[in-house]
Amino acid sequence: MSASLAAAVLSAAAPERPINGVALTVVIVIFSLVAVMGFWAVRWRVKPEERGLKSLDEWGLGGRSFGNWITWFLLGGDLYTAYTFIAVPAAMYSTGSVTGFFAVPYTVVLYPIVFLLMARLWSVSHRHGFVTPADFVKGRYGSKSLSLAIAVTGILATMPYIALQLVGIKAVLSVLGLGSGENLFMADLPLIIAFAVLAAYTYTAGLRAPATIAVVKDLLIYLAIVVAIIWLPSHMGGWGAIFDSAQTKMSAINPATQKAVGSIIPGATSFNAYWTLALGSAMALFMYPHTITGVLATKARNTIRRNAVVLPLYTVMLGFLALLGYVAIKAGTIPVGVDGKINPQLIVPQLFLDNFPAWFAGVALAAIAVGALVPAAIMSIAASNLFTRNIYRDFIKPHATPEQEAKVSKVTSLVVKFGALIFVLVMDQSAAINMQLLGGIWILQTFTAIVAGLYTNWFHRWALLIGWAVGIGYGTWAAWNVVNPVTHAHFGGSIAAIPFTDIPIYIAITAFVLNALVSVILTVVFRALKVKDGVDSTTASDYGADENDPKVADIQKVMDKEIEQGESETAAPVV
Amino acid sequence: MSNSATPTRGPARPGPYIVAGIILTIGIVLPLVVPMYAKHDPELLGFPFFYWYQILWVFVEAGLLWITYTIVTREDKRRRAAVHKPNGSSLSDSNGTGK
Repeated sequence: MSASLAAAVLSAAAPERPINGVALTVVIVIFSLVAVMGFWAVRWRVKPEERGLKSLDEWGLGGRSFGNWITWFLLGGDLYTAYTFIAVPAAMYSTGSVTGFFAVPYTVVLYPIVFLLMARLWSVSHRHGFVTPADFVKGRYGSKSLSLAIAVTGILATMPYIALQLVGIKAVLSVLGLGSGENLFMADLPLIIAFAVLAAYTYTAGLRAPATIAVVKDLLIYLAIVVAIIWLPSHMGGWGAIFDSAQTKMSAINPATQKAVGSIIPGATSFNAYWTLALGSAMALFMYPHTITGVLATKARNTIRRNAVVLPLYTVMLGFLALLGYVAIKAGTIPVGVDGKINPQLIVPQLFLDNFPAWFAGVALAAIAVGALVPAAIMSIAASNLFTRNIYRDFIKPHATPEQEAKVSKVTSLVVKFGALIFVLVMDQSAAINMQLLGGIWILQTFTAIVAGLYTNWFHRWALLIGWAVGIGYGTWAAWNVVNPVTHAHFGGSIAAIPFTDIPIYIAITAFVLNALVSVILTVVFRALKVKDGVDSTTASDYGADENDPKVADIQKVMDKEIEQGESETAAPVV
Repeated sequence: MSNSATPTRGPARPGPYIVAGIILTIGIVLPLVVPMYAKHDPELLGFPFFYWYQILWVFVEAGLLWITYTIVTREDKRRRAAVHKPNGSSLSDSNGTGK
């Protein structure tokens, strides 16, 4: 990062940040309101007999009852996380379009993919009561090992993602002047309190908590961004002037690399990086357990498709938010952290604080902080569900009752959040970012098993498992080999040349192609060698089932009854 | 007697799915053809082409998905009506589920 040079110079002189009282008060008030909503959600749309949320369907999927509106807000909060709000403008501010603005085509091509795949996943999960993507993989391929691989990948990819939401809250807190105490524990106390409150209402209300909070968060974010994109450019000479000053900054030469700092329009050498980043991220996003949790919480097969039509609205907001990175260049915003160092991640909170009255900056900062709570809650629920269903139930306690499952999941959600907190407090922030980068590469390696499974059971379970391992292995190795030109640290980025060429693309895509090739070839080989297949417990009609079709468990009950009656009346019936 | 293999939908007509597939493919491929839009001109309200074109695609995509939704849902209704006859009995001769 070129910022580290400037940071070294600045750190000697910069004074400690004062606390902004008005903005802080607004943030605390909104945060408290949200906490009240979170606890209240335990009774929200809960049938009397379900009080206490004693099953994963209730606690972990909100009763599988969310309609169009709630899903729109929930997925909006789930996909467009606080970290996005912090990191995308930070990338635009630091190096321009290639690393930042790809988020727009990413969240455009995302929706045809969602439209295509998620209705089928909803149907088969509805029929069989699947709670996690790994449940589906187990049902489809009859392999606990493959399901375990999917579950572990999901948990590992989600953990740093939760940690990054904390980084988002931390950015808001440090702009407000908090976190500068001498004592390490005192410095992080506000963050610890915020997270303890979040953990408490997620534990009690499950997925209903983020679903209610998401509404508040989205309204605040929309308000903040609409005001910012109208007000700021009109006071800075218009968008033309803003792009010009970004152009000037990006074409300066970085002394460490002897290349331009960045570019506002990608050059021909980064075309492949740009589109593979967009496509790879889009393919990966709905493989993350927290997004699938959002999909499975909907009440009808078509809810997710209708949402795919209207969710792109958030992308418009994301695009303008990204451009706030350029607005900050024009405004001359200097993102100095409490430690006096330059930190580009503070750019958007700092921009609001510098250019708006303190109370409005408080609203915007609260929007970001609350925006971190929604995905953090959903992610911890999703990771807990994976642990409960695909590790605890499959390997530790096979006959766990729904009530035991819910209990294990609740406790796990606390452990997961505590782990993420430790991650952020103890380890360097870049560790969380590196892990998140790896997580994106890893989670795409579950695409082959999950997506192919939605259409066919042709693939062999062991071929998919080996393909997954090859993808993870290559992806990790390639990412480790990317060295930051300034700090010489490993995991310096997610772009690397395709092996034996000099075409730089997103590592996740190369790894995924390898994974898919290995899976296809080994399936053919294993079939030829007649290696035993797993049992597919799904049927073709499951993939088209809608909310009016009976669940498989219910069909089974009816059949058992018919058999009983048959036995008492005549001879054994043929089923 | 019903079991989980009982068709939930009647056989698919390929037409609507082919059209929907083409629209979705356009919606995935076109926004990713970077050489088409990695340029500065023409500007719109001070925005270089690169930026306003990509933001415009959000609305195009929403439109494409809405068209796809209408096509797919209409065919889906027809297929469900084929197995759910008004008298409640289901057809035993249909086995398509539209892979």
